[in-house]
Amino acid sequence: MESNVSEHGGQRIPSAIKILIAGGFGAGKTTLVGSVSEIAPLSTEEVMTEASMGVDDLAGVEAKTTTTVALDFGRITINDDLVLYLFGTPGQKRFWFMWEELALGALGAVVLADTRRLDTCFPAVDFFERHQLPFVVAVNCFDGADRYTEDEVQQALSLGADVPVLLCDARVRESGKAVLEALVRHVADRMATPV
Amino acid sequence: MADQQEPGLEGAADDPLVRPYVIAQGRERGNAVQLDMISVVIAARADVDEMALEPEQVRILELCGRPQSVAEVSAHLDIPVAVVKVLLGDLISRGYALARAPYTQQSPVSRDILQAVLDGIQRL
Ligand SMILES: Nc1nc2c(ncn2[C@@H]2O[C@H](COP(=O)(O)OP(=O)(O)OP(=O)(O)O)[C@@H](O)[C@H]2O)c(=O)[nH]1
Ligand SMILES: [Mg+2]
Repeated sequence: MESNVSEHGGQRIPSAIKILIAGGFGAGKTTLVGSVSEIAPLSTEEVMTEASMGVDDLAGVEAKTTTTVALDFGRITINDDLVLYLFGTPGQKRFWFMWEELALGALGAVVLADTRRLDTCFPAVDFFERHQLPFVVAVNCFDGADRYTEDEVQQALSLGADVPVLLCDARVRESGKAVLEALVRHVADRMATPV
Repeated sequence: MADQQEPGLEGAADDPLVRPYVIAQGRERGNAVQLDMISVVIAARADVDEMALEPEQVRILELCGRPQSVAEVSAHLDIPVAVVKVLLGDLISRGYALARAPYTQQSPVSRDILQAVLDGIQRL
């Protein structure tokens, strides 16, 4: 097992917690991570092995090739003992095997809905519902795109009445903070009312 | 354990993405250390015998003078997460590094933690 030592030579080893930022291609995931992160978003590459590709056969991916998946993430230091990581999850369905690992132990998720193509966030909504991971939907209002009200998005995505929906601008830190706060409050509410 | 440098390894491949794989292949899998992408690691010793380590492991230890997650190590050194896990697992089992498991794997999230996260976000 991993050692649980949290104090070393006077230096604390903080524990980490994570939140996922999901949504369709180009929905603003990296932008949101960047606007709230204390570091410029980092990117880590994962190479899909043949075994992982097997999961993907249904999607028609050739099993013998390898693909590189880039994951970007940011960091928010909460205190000496806790660090929050925000992971932008690759939107395409064929990377879902990664979502399984990413979702494991996550505090919750933000689904970014792109007003130009609302349907691209369906897979993310489905995934989090199925995995019972608390999530909020942040509607990223792109210039010139149709405007929706929160209620319209709630309806269009058939969201449960308790799932918070917020309008946001992923480029603006205060807006990103409001989205993360809504998520943490939602997680707290769900804890208060055990299913 | 493959402590000896394999001859020719240095020149085996110049591609920084390929080379770590060559190194990782020589490691035993399934050793005791189970690292997560957000396990936080830190270098544990000042006296590092660089000859006993892979060059990538030396770089990892240099980076881990301050606590870092596995994902951060991977991003900063441009080594895939899976390979970082193997190299770090070896460092941990040999006492060169320490790791702390992510919060939610140790115990369910408490209200105090949620409050701390909320405060931290508001302070941004
Ligand atoms: N107007 C407007 N533009 C935005 C907003 N968020 C992101 N953008 C722009 O949209 C483009 C795509 O944003 P990214 O953050 O790269 O989107 P992503 O979801 O990470 O994209 P992929 O990783 O490629 O799926 C960029 O040019 C952003 O500047 C927003 O809230 N409003
Ligand atoms: Mg992106």
